[in-house]
Amino acid sequence: MSEAKSALPGARFDGIASVEEAGLNGMITLRGDLDDTALAKALREVTGCALPGPREVVMAGDKGAAWMSPDELLVMVPHGEAEAAVAALDAALGESHALAVNVSDARAVFDVRGSHAREVLGKLMPVDFSAAAFGPGQIRRSRMAQVPAAVWMTGEDAFRVVCFRSVAQYVFDLLKTAASEGGEVGLYA
Amino acid sequence: MLILECPCCGVKGEETEFHGGGEAHIKRFGPGSSEEEFHDYLFAKENPRGVHFERWRHVNGCGKWFHVARCTRTLEVFGSYSAQTTEPPQEIRDAITARRPGWRWREFS
Ligand SMILES: [Zn+2]
Repeated sequence: MSEAKSALPGARFDGIASVEEAGLNGMITLRGDLDDTALAKALREVTGCALPGPREVVMAGDKGAAWMSPDELLVMVPHGEAEAAVAALDAALGESHALAVNVSDARAVFDVRGSHAREVLGKLMPVDFSAAAFGPGQIRRSRMAQVPAAVWMTGEDAFRVVCFRSVAQYVFDLLKTAASEGGEVGLYA
Repeated sequence: MLILECPCCGVKGEETEFHGGGEAHIKRFGPGSSEEEFHDYLFAKENPRGVHFERWRHVNGCGKWFHVARCTRTLEVFGSYSAQTTEPPQEIRDAITARRPGWRWREFS
């Protein structure tokens, strides 16, 4: 078996906010009928998380689940546990019409932290990142410059960004530019 | 700028988060139809100045298709609604009538 490697191991930038590649993360796409109680039960069994409501993200320790669309969840587990989690989901889902796929290596993950983190993201996405409009527990899928990205908060002034692995360098460069020293706008101050 | 609300995920976003899919409520003419019907299905589209019905996809968001009723002249959006319908629901028609009395679009009013 080959050694798993994240998109940009160790990539980090410090400006008005810090941008850091978040390394290997286990991610599973779970598609199915979110009203199916078997799906919620399978999710709880495998992650300990309750079913997230629309545009919500739920975390339980090092596992989590995010609402991606009316029939799709993003299930998060440690990278090394993803295959086992898919098998556990499959077993728990039984005859339910659902699909669990390990997409860990198709993604890149970044952490943007600091008092200007909202602003850095606000420059790149057509989204209101003011504290009144966006807070912990919410996930927002949108566009980051020219590529799709999803964002949620992992703590105060701390955001996690997920994009496709194929555009990891592009997204890191975008975040770097937006977080450059002297780039404060003060919109959310 | 066009501000659209996706009825599938509830996100209100600006136009570039979405992708336009052309005219809504088109009746498909496929195998067995006449050449003229097929031609019109493919190429003859409404091009109204005012009330228009369109298909949009939340391409950078939840990925779902939906319908939008809007004004091509002012970019005013009257409402968005499910793609799983062959005609605009009554509340959308009422919303348009409130803003554009006497409007007509194809067979809808
Ligand atoms: Zn949507």
